[in-house]
Amino acid sequence: MKYMLLMNHPAAGNEPAIETCTAEDMQASGAHMGQIMQELVDSGELLGAAGLADPHTAKIVISGGDAPVVTDGPFAEMKEFLAGYWLVDVDSEERAIEIAARTSAAPGAGGKPTRRPIEVRAVMRGADPEL
Amino acid sequence: MTGEPGVEDLLRQLAPQVLGILVRRHGDFADAEDAVQEALLAAAVQWPADGVPANPRGWLLAVAFRKLADLRRSEAARHRREAFAAARNPAVAPEVSGTDDSLTLLLLCCHPTLPASAAIPLTLRAVGGLTTAEIARAFLVPEPAMGKRITRAKQRIRSSGLPFVLPNAAELPDRLRAVEHVLYLMFNEGYATSNGPKVTRTDLCTEAVRLTRMLHASLPDHEEVAGLLALMLLTDARRPARTGGHGELVPLDRQDRTLWNQDMIGEGVALISATLPRGTVGYYQLLAAIAAVHDEAKTAEDTDWQQILALYGLLARVSANPLVTLNRAVAAAMVHGPAAGLRALAGLDDKLAGNHRLDAVRGHLREMAGDRDRAITHYLEAATRTTSEAERRYLLARVATLNTDDR
Repeated sequence: MKYMLLMNHPAAGNEPAIETCTAEDMQASGAHMGQIMQELVDSGELLGAAGLADPHTAKIVISGGDAPVVTDGPFAEMKEFLAGYWLVDVDSEERAIEIAARTSAAPGAGGKPTRRPIEVRAVMRGADPEL
Repeated sequence: MTGEPGVEDLLRQLAPQVLGILVRRHGDFADAEDAVQEALLAAAVQWPADGVPANPRGWLLAVAFRKLADLRRSEAARHRREAFAAARNPAVAPEVSGTDDSLTLLLLCCHPTLPASAAIPLTLRAVGGLTTAEIARAFLVPEPAMGKRITRAKQRIRSSGLPFVLPNAAELPDRLRAVEHVLYLMFNEGYATSNGPKVTRTDLCTEAVRLTRMLHASLPDHEEVAGLLALMLLTDARRPARTGGHGELVPLDRQDRTLWNQDMIGEGVALISATLPRGTVGYYQLLAAIAAVHDEAKTAEDTDWQQILALYGLLARVSANPLVTLNRAVAAAMVHGPAAGLRALAGLDDKLAGNHRLDAVRGHLREMAGDRDRAITHYLEAATRTTSEAERRYLLARVATLNTDDR
């Protein structure tokens, strides 16, 4: 079963700002994420992952078929922005949740878990044989 | 493997034979499997260019043996060999002539200690002779990820010390059930990922049929293996009709039956007809018998639902699971009307909580009963719960049709 684990940028106030992180904190966070990544690569469960550039660099495109309207970020009306994703192929939903939990528990400022919410979404598949 | 189909078929046929001989002679399954894989890749390049050697099996065996020697010279392999040699009992692994290596290989690769997600790709490579790249394409995952999974599966076999021998008579039934299950899942995976004429990647259904044929050839008198092969043939026969021009799902009652593969139906029907009267009736045999009744109906209206209902009754005795009850309810509705079907669904809510199929069937039965509003409610509920893209589109199309009929 394939799942996409989605991580959003933290909403203001939910997490200490990135500027308050020490070099040590940053390293601990990187090591934590790096280790999860390596384990998923070694087990053959990781199909892909990417971090997305800051919403400030994002554009929103709306078109009705004629000249598109392109708006530069940031977009005040939006509360949350996707920060990155992991695409995994695992034996069960429980396993996908376990990976998401470890990712959510990544250390942030002061080494405390960020508790950043991870959205676990099943990837759509084909249909089983009919009887 | 690219190259002409003749070479490809030959290589896949020889792969388990060569691997069996190599494991028998040299002990370690994991290394031998790597060596055979490399020999197959070499043959796939050389044979189409230089012609197939006079003794293709001997050629593969010689190349695989050289690759195995290379592998064992490497540093990491030496450590493994030493550990292996220390643990090895020279009295084991006797040369037995006339043994069926492909069966032993299937039983090893589908060992119950391996999860299906590991057993399926390992079986495809070691017994099916497919490359890692082909298997990765079939599962829509990157090749390195698939390579890691196969390596892990082999490490697991090595560390568990599973021997390359046929299990004894007491163990065999359970081990065979595991093989049947893995092959059935392989087939279903292929069925779920195939999308009509657009399919260009390795066909898991065809591979599952080929491997089940191999198993059936090893154990021609085993009823459930015959049943499984018949089930696959009778289901696969309908594949050309199951998706429409835009990849949309076409349910059984709306399929263009002229597209069904009559050769496969003929073979499947003959197989299940010869098997059913013979011995113990099992799960796959009953599923095959149900598939045969569908396949033999010239039109959806001609379907002998009475017989299907009776077969589901037997199936419920062999394997009482909620999905059998669900399908039995559909058959009951076709024989006794939608009210009987809906009654048969009572009691499934706890067992199938959150499963979209229950709502899909309720929607279908409500539609049959002419209760449009409740049909729409159930179809919509099912559409939000399914993780199958094709099913979601189908369910939403049913809702759209019911809405249109109203206008």
